[in-house]
Amino acid sequence: MFSVTRSNTPLAIEAIDLVKRFGEFTAVDHVSFDVPQGTVLGMLGPNGAGKTTTVRMMTTLSEPTSGTARVAGFDVRQQPDAVRRSMGLTGQAASVDELLTGRQNLRLIGELYGLPTKQVRTLGNELLERFSLFEAGDKVVRDYSGGMRRRLDLAVSLIAAPPVLFLDEPTTGLDPRSRTELWDVLRGLVREGTTLLLTTQYLEEADQLADNIVVIDHGKVIAEGTALQLKDRSGKASLVVTVSDGAQLAEAERILREIVPDVHVNSAARQLTAATTGLSDMTTAAGRFERAGLELDDIGLKRPSLDDVFLSLTGHRAEDATPADSEEMSV
Amino acid sequence: MTTTITPPAHQQIEPRPAAPAGTASYLRQIRTLARRNFTHIKRQPEMLSDVTIQPIMFVLLFAFVFGGSIQTGSPAGYREWLLPGIMAQTMAFASFVVALGLNNDLQKGIIDRFRSLPMSRSSVLVARSVSSLAHSSIGVAVMAVTGLIVGWRIRNGFGNAILAFALLLLFGFAMIWVGILVGSVMRSVEAVNGVMFSTMFPITFLANTFAPTQNMPLVLRKIAEWNPISSLVQSLRDLWGNDGPIPTTASWPLQHSILVSIAWSLLLAAIFAPLAIRAYTKRTTD
Repeated sequence: MFSVTRSNTPLAIEAIDLVKRFGEFTAVDHVSFDVPQGTVLGMLGPNGAGKTTTVRMMTTLSEPTSGTARVAGFDVRQQPDAVRRSMGLTGQAASVDELLTGRQNLRLIGELYGLPTKQVRTLGNELLERFSLFEAGDKVVRDYSGGMRRRLDLAVSLIAAPPVLFLDEPTTGLDPRSRTELWDVLRGLVREGTTLLLTTQYLEEADQLADNIVVIDHGKVIAEGTALQLKDRSGKASLVVTVSDGAQLAEAERILREIVPDVHVNSAARQLTAATTGLSDMTTAAGRFERAGLELDDIGLKRPSLDDVFLSLTGHRAEDATPADSEEMSV
Repeated sequence: MTTTITPPAHQQIEPRPAAPAGTASYLRQIRTLARRNFTHIKRQPEMLSDVTIQPIMFVLLFAFVFGGSIQTGSPAGYREWLLPGIMAQTMAFASFVVALGLNNDLQKGIIDRFRSLPMSRSSVLVARSVSSLAHSSIGVAVMAVTGLIVGWRIRNGFGNAILAFALLLLFGFAMIWVGILVGSVMRSVEAVNGVMFSTMFPITFLANTFAPTQNMPLVLRKIAEWNPISSLVQSLRDLWGNDGPIPTTASWPLQHSILVSIAWSLLLAAIFAPLAIRAYTKRTTD
């Protein structure tokens, strides 16, 4: 068996034509993707798109209806135990034991992994330190804040130092500060060579962390690529010009229309926005404004955000649940 | 775009240490999980109320409030006659603890976390059973002490007394499977509470637990005397010497209570264990 890839980087995760049906409802519909070792894949999609079900199949929690996945080279159907030894999973709800202390949670999972008791203790302390939980290590988890629970959940997933880590909406429900903190921790893991697969409904999160993004909607992969590629795909950037003097706005508009016909004027912001194809339009415009003696506060290209990308791909915003999902799920 | 063929990924990713296999690691998993369940009790001592405060309350209520008006025919008196009934009831509620604990773990994603680990599938259930039996044993010990205080005595020798305790534990083992079934099927802890209260109370009352069956209407009497709880309670009373001779009108199970009690426990386990394992497997594999 050989894996065919576009480079020599080995694959840490491969989803191969994964399908999951619940009765009539198809939750995951022929999903395939590769995650090269040491990279981050962001799986982006609204609630009910099939992200969690895909992760559950890749982490041996749920049997695929058809297709399979490989984690660290092991097949989830043929070698589930080898897969479990090679990966960590942080689920959607922080699945730590509320009645144990942070330290006891780490010990519990470490021992269930089959690690020696002494090693569990050392690793547990290291992880508590690293996730700023050392002081709280002997506190019972029900007294932890939401951010602390998530960090502990992540620490617990790392007790056996798995080369592959699955994170299902790791920052859902966290305040912005805790979210940024968690992102830093994840970046640290990637620097050390861990392969991450994270699902998210936040475009910013995928943009911040992921090397590659898979966009999922209604159980299907509808787009795939780097954040930049996806942004390029979703159509044109805009040229945004802000003039210094509001009185010159009409003159500026006239000049800009000679280059690109479609110009939107925002008088209050002294701003012109024009759909454009690229840099050449911007340099041409800048030159003409200078010759006409127009003073500009700012001129630049604005790329579409991932939000715009998602909207153009699916026709709805990422944060909205897919309208049809609630009906389909209840079947 | 060029396509190159690379060797399988797992040759390049650092191989994972294989988990130590075999009985030793299986026992360690069970010990670790059982210790977790005991830590829960330590953190929430009120979890023990079903085997401490509740049965003591029953003893006091029945011994001192209703006891005076219940005729048992036991030479040793009602309090002594009552205690085996309360012990059996406490054991029947072992299923309750299992159902609540398991359901809570399923709801909170703890079971999913365990299932994502390279560990044995069955150790979670075995550890639940072990800690449940320990939990119930605490109850039996508390009841024995309470009983000794209010006048209960062991009168038929050490061997018979031990056999009685063994019968109690065997019944507790059978009830664990009922607990695993209910805990796996129900979708919330509240639902578990509802189902268990509305079934376990009538079942433990429609028996010879608190009052003799002789004075019940005929149909109820038959049901009560064939109730697995009744044969257990009767065998406890016989083995501890807490009852007079069984009336000749009593049904067959009460005349052969020890054998029937063993048979009932084995039969209940044989029926509920496969159902429970199926329900648990179904719940945990979508």
